[in-house]
Amino acid sequence: MPLLAGPVCLLLHHPRLSWGLATTASWIAFFIALTLLDQVLSNGTITYALGGWAAPWGIEYRIDEINAFVLLIVSGISAITLPFARTSIEYEINPRRIYILYTAWMLCLTGLLGITITGDVFNVFVFLEIASLSSYTLISLSRDPRSLTAAFRYLVMGTIGATFILIGIALLYIMTGTLNMMDLSQRIPAVADTRTVKMAFTFLIVGIGLKAALFPMHFWLPNAYAFAPSAVSALFAGTATKVAVYLLLRFFFTVFGPEFSFDVMQSDRVLLPLALVGVFAASTAAIVQSDVKRMLGYSSVAQIGYMVIGISLVSVLGVTAGILHLFNHALMKAALFVSLGCVVYRIGSTRLTDMAGVGRAMPWTMGAFVVGGLSLVGVPLTVGFISKWYLILAALEQQWWWLAVLVLVSSLLALIYIWRVVEFAYFKAPADPAREITEAPATLLIPTWLLILANVYFGIDTSLTVGVAERAAKLLMGTAS
Amino acid sequence: MNPAMAALLAVFLPLLGAVGIVLLDKHPNLRETVTLVTAAALFLVVYSLVPAVYSGHEPAAHLIELVPGLSLALRVEPLGLLFALIASGLWIVTSVYSIGYMRGNDESHQTRFYVCFAVALSATVGVAFAANMLTLFIFYELLTLSTYPLVAHKGTEEARRGGRVYLGLLLSTSIGFLLLAMVWTWYSAGTLDFVKGGILRDKLDPGLLPLLLALYLFGIGKAALMPFHRWLPAAMVAPTPVSALLHAVAVVKAGVFSVVKVTIYIFGTDLLRDTDATTFMMWIAAITLLAASLVAMTKDNLKARLAYSTVSQLAYVTLGAMLVNTTALIGAGMHIATHAFGKITLFFCAGAIYVATHKTEISDMNGLGRAMPITYGAMLIGALSIIGLPPLGGIWSKWYLAIGTLEAGQGIMLAVLLISSLLNVAYLLPIPIYGFFGKSSKQPNAAAINEAPLPIVIALVFTALGCMVLFFYPEPLYGLMALLFEGQ
Repeated sequence: MPLLAGPVCLLLHHPRLSWGLATTASWIAFFIALTLLDQVLSNGTITYALGGWAAPWGIEYRIDEINAFVLLIVSGISAITLPFARTSIEYEINPRRIYILYTAWMLCLTGLLGITITGDVFNVFVFLEIASLSSYTLISLSRDPRSLTAAFRYLVMGTIGATFILIGIALLYIMTGTLNMMDLSQRIPAVADTRTVKMAFTFLIVGIGLKAALFPMHFWLPNAYAFAPSAVSALFAGTATKVAVYLLLRFFFTVFGPEFSFDVMQSDRVLLPLALVGVFAASTAAIVQSDVKRMLGYSSVAQIGYMVIGISLVSVLGVTAGILHLFNHALMKAALFVSLGCVVYRIGSTRLTDMAGVGRAMPWTMGAFVVGGLSLVGVPLTVGFISKWYLILAALEQQWWWLAVLVLVSSLLALIYIWRVVEFAYFKAPADPAREITEAPATLLIPTWLLILANVYFGIDTSLTVGVAERAAKLLMGTAS
Repeated sequence: MNPAMAALLAVFLPLLGAVGIVLLDKHPNLRETVTLVTAAALFLVVYSLVPAVYSGHEPAAHLIELVPGLSLALRVEPLGLLFALIASGLWIVTSVYSIGYMRGNDESHQTRFYVCFAVALSATVGVAFAANMLTLFIFYELLTLSTYPLVAHKGTEEARRGGRVYLGLLLSTSIGFLLLAMVWTWYSAGTLDFVKGGILRDKLDPGLLPLLLALYLFGIGKAALMPFHRWLPAAMVAPTPVSALLHAVAVVKAGVFSVVKVTIYIFGTDLLRDTDATTFMMWIAAITLLAASLVAMTKDNLKARLAYSTVSQLAYVTLGAMLVNTTALIGAGMHIATHAFGKITLFFCAGAIYVATHKTEISDMNGLGRAMPITYGAMLIGALSIIGLPPLGGIWSKWYLAIGTLEAGQGIMLAVLLISSLLNVAYLLPIPIYGFFGKSSKQPNAAAINEAPLPIVIALVFTALGCMVLFFYPEPLYGLMALLFEGQ
């Protein structure tokens, strides 16, 4: 659906119309995702052979609990940030380029949804390229000239990542003669002991790690987020890295199988320390940033670390925590970026010093930011708490006390960087008292608060998120035995 | 009204009040009326629960299930009812006082102030009525967050620094230790419900109990055990009504209340007694008790001295809980009440002096007692009650605590209590004595000093009288606490 909408946007050449179309497409995708998830939950895995060719030869779409869940996240975030984007984008980028933005947005969404839905590894690569190329465009559309450098950096890093993935896929094809994930998972054990498969594994993980901004391969991310238009930052924060984490899960558990990934390759031994160092390094970096958007970028790197910690515990609880955080973090980061978008709309900057005193002038916006921030810290009744709860529980299950303690300590770092913003916004006099700042318009505030309410709602009623994450984790781990 | 509904209402009523206060932002008189009406209604609602609890019921209300097996739920038991009664009752008095104080000082952002106050009260009642550890934790965090704007109220560099210490210490201990302790408990026992007799028996290696206990007690940063007590003196930059109700009653008592609750309902007194798990924390409490008293003696700032005195008095309650016998626990519960009345009186007096003279240092207050006799009279009463002399309420809690130490066979702890009482005399009594008899040397305009505005005086006289009433009628307090241990 978004794939269809993309070119039409280009043709329409009109900012408002292309926006309308993109939004409709997103919402339709969201409802489709919802139905899919519902069907998967009640009937089990759905497969669809694209072009009518049966599985091993044709491209197969395969939907189980986990990717139905990720589909829901991706399309949901897009659906809710687009209404926000209209006003925000009109302010932030050149009006004549707006239609390009929505075109790229649709292509990006197509790519992300495609990566998630497909059951074919080469197809993953194709969609990954679609998503990446369109996201370079999205970032570079910002008025800020530095966004070009940021986009270029992302382009270089992204291409390296994609190349690694392609090499990995090619190696796998050489060894097994198939590209279908299910076939791969059956054939790999037979050839698992060869150096080629191990190389393929390494290439794939490094490539995906780059895309996921896994520490220490995260350098492209803070800049990309900082200079992209706000709505785009929100979209990326909620979706792009999440999809990469999903791929990580997919390759670890489905394609290679946990036995190979963790017993033979021992990747948990590498990932866990890296993720931990990443959490601490990125959180510390976030504390010293003077630009709030870039601060949130670093915070995203840290949060991805949590997901990877969950995954590398290699237990049902750990993977549940990882998947849960995938969903929850998408909600909170999108909410935070969107509320920053409101700030940009009124004061034109997200530098900490420029935000002095905005708490009083924009109570709803900053109120949203505070709630989102608390969620990031993991205060109860928000989604962040639920994530932390499961992550700690998973660590305790392994009797890893130090890990539980480290996770808690790191969330205090989040408290520090969030609170710097709160202090500036509420308890500092504005730098330029003469300037009148008013509350952001309702078209921006309503989507912002929808996201915030989602943060609170899923923090209280966890039956959907926890239930699905648990089933998905069992499914992933179940393929082991 | 059915008691379960009343329990729910008690939590939500202050929130409703907060909404009303926001709506009446532009009409100060109506706004303050809303505060007063809400406070009075809250007290009545809480009070309406008394008969049910006395007759042995524990009204319960289930709100929502967060994670399978873990829900947000309320259950009113005697200890929680006692705490809620004190907090809501003193809220009425403090509201009267606040009106005089905030207007007398022309403070800014008064709407924000009253809103946060109401939210904080809702959180306090939530802590008091929590039916499981998770619910308690949630309201506990809400209490921290809602009081932060009150601490940083003035917005000056000093106030913000105080606010940072406050929030930083309280959130980091609660997330760093308390949350960990909770998840551990949940993992071992499979439940977080408050159950009489505890939930941990045979669930955890007894050797690990002291560690878990330490995590809980340090995690409840609001109980201000050293070395995590620094937030309380830092919070003194807040306007005095905040220090009075929140940092002498609601917030700090929520801390020690949680300590007692964890002792009785999570660990269970029998389990703790059988395993001797409390020794280490008992010593921490004793050290806090004495050290804070000593620090209090060195403070010249009146509110800082009172803050350290609070730290010390809170340690009494923790110590009582760590002695784990019925008498000591009854004493601990009563101390929550008697210290509340004594300390709020002292803070009211400190605020009255500030409004009338803008003085904050004790050494500047010589001779003020002659100009403000009512304030200083109330201060004397409050001080004597905290020291624990008849005819004031403070004696009862200290009495039961002392007997508790003997029952537990901890003679040293008895000595600690007695030494601390002497220290109380040394740092509290000089204030009113110099106030009445000291020479007012450098006060050219001494004649101009009068009593503080009427609402302030009414409030402080009322709480001072409360200290006396508690001496003659400690029965309700004792009765409620004794209910806890019936049938054991």
